[in-house]
Amino acid sequence: MFTLIPQLVIGSADLAAAFLFLFGLQRMSSPATALSGISMAGIGMVAAVLASFLYVFSVSDAARPHLMTNVALALIALALGGGLAWWSGRKVAMTAMPEMVALYNGMGGGAAAAVAAVELFGTRTSGTTLGVALLGALIGAVSMSGSLIAWAKLSGILSKPLRVKGQQIANAAVMLVTLAVGGAIIFATLSGAPLLLPTSSWIYIFFGCALLFGVLMTLPIGGADMPVVISIYNALTGLAVGLGGFVLQNPALMIAGMVVGAAGLLLTLLMAKAMNRSVANVVFTNFGEGAKHAARTIKGSLRPVAASDAGIAMRYAAKVIIVPGYGLAAAQGQQKLYEFVKLLQAAGVSVRFAIHPVAGRMPGQMDVLLAEAGVPYDMIFQLEDINDDFATADAALVIGANDVVNPAARTDKSSPIFGMPILNVDKANQVFVVKRGEGKGYAGIQNALFYGDNCNMVYGDAQAVLVQMIEAVRGLGAAAA
Amino acid sequence: MDFSITMTGFVALYIFMLAGFAGWVIIGHVPAILHTPLMSGSNFVHGIVVVGGLFALLNASTVQEQAISFVAVLLGAGNAAGGYAVTTRMLAMFRISGAPAKPAHARVHHIKKS
Repeated sequence: MFTLIPQLVIGSADLAAAFLFLFGLQRMSSPATALSGISMAGIGMVAAVLASFLYVFSVSDAARPHLMTNVALALIALALGGGLAWWSGRKVAMTAMPEMVALYNGMGGGAAAAVAAVELFGTRTSGTTLGVALLGALIGAVSMSGSLIAWAKLSGILSKPLRVKGQQIANAAVMLVTLAVGGAIIFATLSGAPLLLPTSSWIYIFFGCALLFGVLMTLPIGGADMPVVISIYNALTGLAVGLGGFVLQNPALMIAGMVVGAAGLLLTLLMAKAMNRSVANVVFTNFGEGAKHAARTIKGSLRPVAASDAGIAMRYAAKVIIVPGYGLAAAQGQQKLYEFVKLLQAAGVSVRFAIHPVAGRMPGQMDVLLAEAGVPYDMIFQLEDINDDFATADAALVIGANDVVNPAARTDKSSPIFGMPILNVDKANQVFVVKRGEGKGYAGIQNALFYGDNCNMVYGDAQAVLVQMIEAVRGLGAAAA
Repeated sequence: MDFSITMTGFVALYIFMLAGFAGWVIIGHVPAILHTPLMSGSNFVHGIVVVGGLFALLNASTVQEQAISFVAVLLGAGNAAGGYAVTTRMLAMFRISGAPAKPAHARVHHIKKS
């Protein structure tokens, strides 16, 4: 009886948690219900964590003398890890979200690897469970060290991708060694005869190799590709947690882990598609090392225009579509942009935002940054929902975006971005491009849009340009009154 | 009566298959506008690994086991709490036209104060 009731409570709490995770994620299908959904998932998490303290009623005889110490350690670990992460999560800037997600993901991977390690060092495992534990340990460890490298790259600690000749061969060799060590652990455990070294030493070597592999794997990938990499590691951590769930015979971990694994895989594929590349291309080739394509040079000239004139032109338009890119956030211009938009709306202009799937430093980040500035989500449209409307727009304002509006993706077969889905800004009646200077975008190619007859360039810092636009439109209002 | 759970290989594979399928379908319905909170939210969900860490820590009988599972709980709790904090912060910012702007720190839920 002493073990039966705790067992029932733990089982029910875990079942509820698994249900609430699925239900909560399902409610993320709309911005209106997403917050309540994730709150429900949070309740599930708290319930599962609290219930797991009931494991004290069923601990093994060997662990019984240490029970008080272990409970104290558990409380300290929860308070310390949870508290620090909570504090950092409340404080982090929205622009720094990609590195924060990478860091939390690395923690999850590390936790999954540690759980697997406990099982490996213990003598409880055998056969299938041992193999699954090793696989979970491998994936979790790779995900942890890889995520940490991704975090370092995204936060600017590591700025240059590290590439040496024969890197992929070295990576493959490390992977093979890791698998061989894993095989040795299985052999030694099943036969009961250690190979050369004690099994525990092999386990340390195994983890060392797995961590090394995560580092080597991630180092050569460029900073701009890190969002895809985080998404992959997110999926891998999920998978490691799911495998850990099998080892511990806990279906809640299996379900949560596998759902995240599937989610991460889906997001990875979506992102790769929006970047016009395959996942293998992101992971195994070194993109961004100077475009090797002989980029076609474009004839024609750029037409600069004053910010105030551009602002006034949009004030007298009926329909304006705004294409923000990360350059806007880099100049911290979102607030000013929305101020300008509100002025236009007050003057009866229909204004909408068009977001490219890879705008920002991770998918969806531009949407979050606009929401932070107060832009209602019903004004924000995704590429497939708004792309046909550019043809009927009086004006399009491109601000801090470049490659995602380059019509060469549709027309120029020699361009490295050919085939990439782009926003059809060039179809608008008039286009204003706010840009710091005449530089090229991330892909290092010229933008045909800028040379079009309907395009005017507004040079300057995004925030300063917007202030001038706001002043110009306000001045009109005063003159009319 | 016995409420303990035992899963053999095939039962586990069925669970993995169904959960993976459910995840794929559910996540496929999340609009692109929410992809950042989705990533941090699914990141939060795999923080459930903290439960595995707690199981290991409470059953630890050697210093080595205590140390490793302490790290597991520490990292798992960080994953869960941090993922939840950033996800709710982001989602609280999304509002529809006409609705009053919520303050950035509205709806703070305290998880894991244990």
